[in-house]
Amino acid sequence: MSDSEVAVHNPALRHHFAEVEQQRNASSLGMWLFLVTEVMFFGGMFCAYLVYRTAHFGDFAAASSTLDLKLGTINTAVLILSSLTVVMAVWAAQTGKQKALVMYLLLTIVLGLAFLGVKGVEYAEKFEKHHVPGPTFHFAGAIPGHPDHPADPHHAEMFFSLYFAMTGMHAVHMIIGIGLFAFLAFKAARGAYTPAYHTPIENAGLYWHFVDIVWIYLFPLLYLIDRHK
Amino acid sequence: MSEHISSPRLYVGIWLSLMVLTVVTVVAAQIDLGSFNTIVALAIASLKAVLVVLFFMHVKYAHERMIKPVIAAALFFLFLLLSLSMADFATRLWI
Repeated sequence: MSDSEVAVHNPALRHHFAEVEQQRNASSLGMWLFLVTEVMFFGGMFCAYLVYRTAHFGDFAAASSTLDLKLGTINTAVLILSSLTVVMAVWAAQTGKQKALVMYLLLTIVLGLAFLGVKGVEYAEKFEKHHVPGPTFHFAGAIPGHPDHPADPHHAEMFFSLYFAMTGMHAVHMIIGIGLFAFLAFKAARGAYTPAYHTPIENAGLYWHFVDIVWIYLFPLLYLIDRHK
Repeated sequence: MSEHISSPRLYVGIWLSLMVLTVVTVVAAQIDLGSFNTIVALAIASLKAVLVVLFFMHVKYAHERMIKPVIAAALFFLFLLLSLSMADFATRLWI
């Protein structure tokens, strides 16, 4: 092997791949396969939600109406904005803008923390109102549209169990995502990612967008049941 | 073949669409549409999800051809999970 052949070898290309394109496609496909398992993971909880919501629709609507719609909407906007900053980080990596890449990654972390902060405020309110499932659970709301018909507290408790399970697992995913972006921002600041190699930024971006999509469904399902009554 | 690079203008446009759809879904929830409230809410959420998948997750421009079949497989198995569970649940005489 001559020196010139060694010189043209792309340092980011691992030896078991024929070319950079193949390497990038393989890692992208691997990330998507992981996301499929995540769809099924959250799918189980969505299935439980669907069954109990169908069985106890009025009680679910009563429990849902105690959620803070304003905070939920703000959090939706925060998460969607963070998806924009992630996709801009990928763009900055693709076009070789290192400072912009670090800035967009840090912005994403700030927005992710803002989301978790608002979620924390909402969780604290649940503790104050005794809406956390367990021995201290208490629910006295009426079924929306039927002020004389109190909701069954056991069914309302089921709503809050699902609420905490689903938003809790979503929040865990966000904490992992924030950790990933902190690691990537540190590496990006040291110049690890270039237009020729930025697969970790892309794959972390795919993960973050998936988490965003989970919330896109959680928001109407948890916050917007029978709000018109 | 190099990777496709979308313009920031497209990303901002998609972001604005997502924000508008969020406002639409909150407003639509305050209007009494009967049983259509849930359908409208889920349709808007699905439209938002499709925008995120196609443009933010770059599936529209992906070179790797297996990504679309993989997504179809995820949706198919999610459909199986939800529909068969509901078929069981809806045809039980107890619980």
